[in-house]
Amino acid sequence: MKVNGFAHPAPSDPRRLLSDHLRHDLGLTGTHVGCEHGVCGCCTVLLDGAPVRSCLMLAVQAEGHDVTTIEGLAPGGSQLHPVQQAFHECHGLQCGFCTPGFVMSVVGLLAQHPHPTEEQVDEGIAGNLCRCTGYASIRRAVTRAAVLLAPLTPDPSPLGGEGANPADRSSSGGEGAGTSP
Amino acid sequence: MTTRWFGARVQRAEDDRLLRGRGRFTDDIDEGALESVLVRSPYAHARINSIDVSAARAMSGVVAVYTAQDLPFGGTDLPILIPHPNLTHGRTQRCLASEVVRYAGEAVVFVVAESRAIAEDAAELVEVDYEPLPVVITPETAARAEHLVHDDVPGNVAAEMVQEKGNVAAALESAPRRKHFHFRYERGAASPMEARAVWARWSDGERKLTVYDSTQSPTSIRGGLAVLFGLPESQVDVIAPDVGGGFGPKIMLFYPDELLVPYAAMQLGRPVKWTEDRQEHFTAVNQERGQVHEVDVGYDDGGRVLAFDDDFIHDGGAYTPYGIILPIITAGQLPGPYRVPNYRVRFRDMYTNATPTSPYRGAGRPHACFVMERTLDAIAADVGIDRAEVRRRNLIQPDEFPYDVGVGWQDGNTVVYDSGNYPKLLETALEKLGPKPAGENVGMGLGMYVEGTGVGPYEGAHVQVLVSGKVVAATGIPSQGQAHATVWAQVVADELGVDVRDVEITSGDTRRFPWGVGTFASRGAVTAGNAMHVAARMVAEKAKKIAADHLEADPADLELVAGAVRVKGSPQRGIPLAAVAVLSNPVRYAFGGGTEAATQFTPKARPGPPLADGEEPGLEATGYFSPAGSAWASGCHAAWLRVDPKTYRLEILKYVVVHDCGKVINPMVVEGQIEGGVAQGIGGAFYERLAYDSDGQLRNASFMEFLMPYATEIPKIDIEHIETPSPLNPLGVKGVGEAGVIPVGAVIGSGIEDALGIPITEMPLSPLRLYELSTSASTSTSTR
Repeated sequence: MKVNGFAHPAPSDPRRLLSDHLRHDLGLTGTHVGCEHGVCGCCTVLLDGAPVRSCLMLAVQAEGHDVTTIEGLAPGGSQLHPVQQAFHECHGLQCGFCTPGFVMSVVGLLAQHPHPTEEQVDEGIAGNLCRCTGYASIRRAVTRAAVLLAPLTPDPSPLGGEGANPADRSSSGGEGAGTSP
Repeated sequence: MTTRWFGARVQRAEDDRLLRGRGRFTDDIDEGALESVLVRSPYAHARINSIDVSAARAMSGVVAVYTAQDLPFGGTDLPILIPHPNLTHGRTQRCLASEVVRYAGEAVVFVVAESRAIAEDAAELVEVDYEPLPVVITPETAARAEHLVHDDVPGNVAAEMVQEKGNVAAALESAPRRKHFHFRYERGAASPMEARAVWARWSDGERKLTVYDSTQSPTSIRGGLAVLFGLPESQVDVIAPDVGGGFGPKIMLFYPDELLVPYAAMQLGRPVKWTEDRQEHFTAVNQERGQVHEVDVGYDDGGRVLAFDDDFIHDGGAYTPYGIILPIITAGQLPGPYRVPNYRVRFRDMYTNATPTSPYRGAGRPHACFVMERTLDAIAADVGIDRAEVRRRNLIQPDEFPYDVGVGWQDGNTVVYDSGNYPKLLETALEKLGPKPAGENVGMGLGMYVEGTGVGPYEGAHVQVLVSGKVVAATGIPSQGQAHATVWAQVVADELGVDVRDVEITSGDTRRFPWGVGTFASRGAVTAGNAMHVAARMVAEKAKKIAADHLEADPADLELVAGAVRVKGSPQRGIPLAAVAVLSNPVRYAFGGGTEAATQFTPKARPGPPLADGEEPGLEATGYFSPAGSAWASGCHAAWLRVDPKTYRLEILKYVVVHDCGKVINPMVVEGQIEGGVAQGIGGAFYERLAYDSDGQLRNASFMEFLMPYATEIPKIDIEHIETPSPLNPLGVKGVGEAGVIPVGAVIGSGIEDALGIPITEMPLSPLRLYELSTSASTSTSTR
């Protein structure tokens, strides 16, 4: 599999979760593990550009795919990715534990919906739990990131794409008694 | 003083590495550590007949297996953190249980192995023969005392306390109107996104123990470990690195792993780590909020409270490691911002076969607030005035401070409010809330609170100007996301006249600052913030003194501006702070940016030794701040909400927070604290419930079933700051960490009652519970 553009050999243990493989075999500890049952979204990474929960995948399932982790967004201390920059500007993080997962989800969200509506923002981050911010600043960060990304997007669809939801939220469907249908 | 940085929306210094995935949380630290797991009791109450670890020990890859009898401290009860004379039957657990377990999740065996997977497999080979005992799970069943949690604690009562101001019996007797209420608030869980973790290494050569711990109090952990292992404190370093949220339960002395991991590292000569998984976090980490209140209130025809008599039981859990601080806070804060001329409060702290309790954001206050605010709403309905008016008539007025509530406080003094403007909070909130939105089943929620913040005893700080001109500063208390590295830098930068980006803060690392207490009780800004201010001011005075010698000026004529010490009114006469740092250390070597600037001054000789009597080298100082009393924050929350009459789905249409945390160091950070607190309050009021069954099993110990809110459940929060500076500290600040959460249960309860017309006397609620309440004949009594 490729991780952040570099090829890596397959994990020796076929039972290894992708999250554990990234953290403990490759030393990419920016991917966090908050629940290990696919609800909190802390472990979100991009698989071929789409957000997935790395705690719900075996590492071997990522063979032949491109994995992007938080470390791959602005490699080597280069300028922050617009989504990271927006989180900074909008105080979209406090303890920072859920942050890598949120950032990766938002990268996926904005790839799908470059100009998201308020509802698309809420839905797009509704697979990630944050216990610190109350989400207000994260919503602002998503909106800000869309602005920062706009000049970088060659051909933004003015209405935003309406394709399949990029986020793997299979486990959040039954969550949250008040979640909108 | 200059206030250039204080009060500004300075963006956070800590963000960059966290955003790049370069944070350093405890589980990120490896260095070849052995990994460990705890075998925990599946029973809420059982006698242990035998423990067989032979199969686990024999397993390949297992390095060590510890039971209580394998530990030199295995027979020692863990400490009671805050003893109190009324805690007549305090009980704490042992590091590993060997005779009786008293809650599901209590640690019994500790397994260390070459990998986590091996440790998990070995843990499954441990055989413990349990003999189940009767379970006491709610505070009500504890009070009935048909069974005992501790054989030697009669009635399951750990502590009882009665306090009275005025003459409640007489005032109730003579009150024109009188009502009785029963209120019930259940346990909740803080659930930080990072569960707990500990990593430890013993260096035999240096005889040094290094511990990384996701704790809110590394200084206290260090002190405790030093005593336990017979080491001088200098040989124990405890670091709280990045901590993924705390909210209270990450401060405990001790969770078993905090002793076991360092002990195993010392015994085995290899680093050892332990990382909690989410499921065990649900039962192994302290919880809070379970209380049942019986209230008798007397009032006049205008709705003015004349007497308030509250008798409540507190669900303490299986042990009382944290003393009785929670019910003491509840008792002290129950009157809130209101005049209660006659007040009596009695509480009993009850043992139950559930996870022990200790403060969780709000710490005794959300339940106190719920009781008082719901009572006021009922009084308003009874005398026929609106809910804002009943508060208006009872609020303490701005000219009444300091206001003595007349009962005891957690610091041992009495509750004395130092400052505030409660009517302004209420009127501003009502104004911001605006008129009732159109539609059916819309209700108004209203709740006011006070919060005693910034309790002592003290915190300290070390501030040093380096020869580069950069400033480093450290304090003992760690951060769990509160932006300490930013806000302390603002405080220090103002005193030293430097750019905030030139100040680097270290917090929660005993190698850099070994003294202090911890991050809890909304005390960081008050205690450590003011300690930073004190230490930075000492450095500034020292800089002026050194510069005065070289500028041939009076120190009183000097100021620290733009990275230099300058003569006031003559900005060209100055010396860079970096050069002052070089001059502060009279030696003959020098590197660094300030050296060149300093050399032109160094030849200037003065009589006497280079380091005069009483002088110390280095442009640095250590300062402390110890508050005389709590700084009392306050606030008013108001909301319009709608409840779907068929599905009982809750929709919060508007949510307003008007609050007073004194002088605001960084509005952006304070708003983040408020927004996060309100969200946690909404979760605790309507979505999250710890579903214990009668056997003491937590039936929903996962995020699939313990429903923490996502963005889709949390509304926009409209915030306004009212600043009434605290007179009790130089910065005039009050704490704000817990404020957001405190009145939310009261607000949601009030709004739902208004929307549906059914009495709300319990927390948490849910669509199912609202359905039950709406359809049952007896609407005000819990079915449990």
